[in-house]
Amino acid sequence: MAVLTLPKDPNARTGMLALLGAAAMLALGFASVPLYRIFCQVTGFGGTTMRATEAEASAVKVTNKLISVRFDANVDRQLPWQFAMEQTTQELRIGSRKMAYYSAKNLADQPVTGIASFNVEPELAGKYFHKIQCFCFNEQTLQPGQSVNMPVIYYVDPKILEDPETKDIEQITLSYTFHKAANQPVKALDPALAAR
Amino acid sequence: MATTAEHFQAHDDAAHHDHDHKPAFFARWFMSTNHKDIGTLYLIFAIFAGIIGGAFSGMMRLELAAPGIQYLDTFARWFGEANPSFDQSLHMWNVLITAHGLIMVFFMVMPAIIGGFGNWFVPLMIGAPDMAFPRMNNISFWLTVAGFCSLMLSAFVPGGTGIGAGIGWTAYAPLSTYGATGPSVDFAIFSLHLAGAASIMGAINFITTIFNMRAPGMTLHKMPLFVWSVLVTAFLLLLALPVLAAAITMLITDRNFGTTFFDPAGGGDPVLYQHLFWFFGHPEVYIMILPGFGIISQIVSTFSKKPVFGYLGMAYAMVAIGVVGFVVWAHHMYTTGMSVNTKLYFTLATMVIAVPTGIKIFSWIATMWGGSIEFKSPLVWAMGFIFLFTVGGVTGVVLANGGVDDVLHDTYYVVAHFHYVLSLGAVTALFAGFYYWFPKMSGRMHSEFLSHLHFWVFFVGVNTIFFPQHFLGLQGMPRRYPDYTEAYAYWNEISSIGYVIMASSLVIWFVNIIYAYTMGKKAEDNYWGEGATTLEWTLSSPPPFHQFETLPVIEDKGHH
Repeated sequence: MAVLTLPKDPNARTGMLALLGAAAMLALGFASVPLYRIFCQVTGFGGTTMRATEAEASAVKVTNKLISVRFDANVDRQLPWQFAMEQTTQELRIGSRKMAYYSAKNLADQPVTGIASFNVEPELAGKYFHKIQCFCFNEQTLQPGQSVNMPVIYYVDPKILEDPETKDIEQITLSYTFHKAANQPVKALDPALAAR
Repeated sequence: MATTAEHFQAHDDAAHHDHDHKPAFFARWFMSTNHKDIGTLYLIFAIFAGIIGGAFSGMMRLELAAPGIQYLDTFARWFGEANPSFDQSLHMWNVLITAHGLIMVFFMVMPAIIGGFGNWFVPLMIGAPDMAFPRMNNISFWLTVAGFCSLMLSAFVPGGTGIGAGIGWTAYAPLSTYGATGPSVDFAIFSLHLAGAASIMGAINFITTIFNMRAPGMTLHKMPLFVWSVLVTAFLLLLALPVLAAAITMLITDRNFGTTFFDPAGGGDPVLYQHLFWFFGHPEVYIMILPGFGIISQIVSTFSKKPVFGYLGMAYAMVAIGVVGFVVWAHHMYTTGMSVNTKLYFTLATMVIAVPTGIKIFSWIATMWGGSIEFKSPLVWAMGFIFLFTVGGVTGVVLANGGVDDVLHDTYYVVAHFHYVLSLGAVTALFAGFYYWFPKMSGRMHSEFLSHLHFWVFFVGVNTIFFPQHFLGLQGMPRRYPDYTEAYAYWNEISSIGYVIMASSLVIWFVNIIYAYTMGKKAEDNYWGEGATTLEWTLSSPPPFHQFETLPVIEDKGHH
């Protein structure tokens, strides 16, 4: 292992230390990308929803309090799909699990792979909104003209009632945007949009 | 390596045996390794860039003088848009605000206050013969010039909707990624890379110089406050700029190489860019103002003929501002959907900065209190600074409140606030420093009458520009738009009149410089008299090409 030795000349030494400081901050700048992702996943920052296993979901106590969930669907203009929710809102007891459906249709004449990004509004509800199963966990490939129903199974953690910032939330909006998955040559529906 | 360097050093010494031997013109100014010459180059460059950036703000004030879109299509034609559409004219507005912001921050204030005065006076004040790395100093300067050229070039090539980069000085994604195609934005971002690299090298140079090259007896706690201010600034540069470099490098790769750091389609988040930008951006505003604090401290002490009040408090107040300045960045992002507790923290941390800043303001006043005050032009400018900076500081405390900011975010109130601390604060400190040190640098006295006249016209002008913008902001006028409703017409017209007054004060300044070089008296070594006690006043005006070949020894007099 190479040992870092600082130069003997005091100016070169101080200069080198300062340069190391700058290099460390540069590294931190790039490291912030994975760090920020982990931070969002852990804290639900920016409306990032949580992911739960079957076991975790069945351990949750169901309360009597009702909460409403509104659904929202968007498509990136580069993706030649139709994408919509099957229901506008659902009402459920906090702690109970519920299944909602979205539908997608590939309008292109070739197979297209898409991936959905997601968050909830209000953003503070992110850390209490758990998904057990979701089409957004994986990329989805649709054959030309194929349409599918895509389920999401979710629950709202009763801890939402203990947090003073979220206890008064009556409705959570779950929003998805389908994007074109990377590295696939897809002709967009409108050539003007493909030039983005 | 070491032997080679020593060899050149030895050779250099022999060639420069004559104390004041200067190289020929090209070698002296284009290959310069002399801190005073590089400082002069930085000042000339900053004046040049400032005129361009100031002209852009004049174009903006012209367009904003009355409601409606009147001049933008003409401006777009100037930059090579043959027959601008309405959208392309509006794009021109974005180009103007972007160029004005970037030029003033990176190519006017920073080169002038750090590159110019820092290079000139840090070695003189600590009794050093030159900067620690003179050749790196040269690279810093010319990289800054290259960065400026890159930015200028960006104004003449396609940038998406029209000619030029219209992404704002903050270059927020996605506007700066897929929102603006064309090479212009790449040129603008690359100019930040160049200016950033130049500043990081400058920072390393200042840190090394100040830590290692102080004259015998000058402990850290005996350094003049201007040197302290540059030391703190250098650390801010060193730690903040690499983060910007990382962020804008990711912008470049998102734009050109298919990465998705800030694109949700690939799992990225545009808000991350804002966090990275402001992690740099907030220290950046202290980078621009701290050396100004240092200049004001020297001037207030000189013309009150007293050592500055609370020297250690003043030095460590700057350190505190620098440290706390790194943990308040998200107060620029209150409207991105933060939790109440996050807002609470950032509000509190931001307001804490008012404490060390208050220490500085009150210590300047306490220095003047009971002093034998002479109202020479630098002191008048310095007092103008204290007043204007305090006004900007007070509106800063208002904006620090997360709740209030929800209303005032991106309005002209914010524009008024940061122009009071920067355009009026930092620039006033620059002029104060200019009149304080110009005879020392040039060897010629300026006209005190013209300097005072310059101050009063400038003071009236900038206040006329920016004070009404508080009203506009409180009435809800958003920033970054070229048009507004009739309701905002009155104060906008007055603001534009203020611009004309401010611009005419600059004419007085140029006349003053011409006067100094043609009719100005020869400056004595210490033309400000007994109050001026720092080491630069022990040298001739201008100082010899190489100074302090025998290092000065600082006597222990008990206190600074």
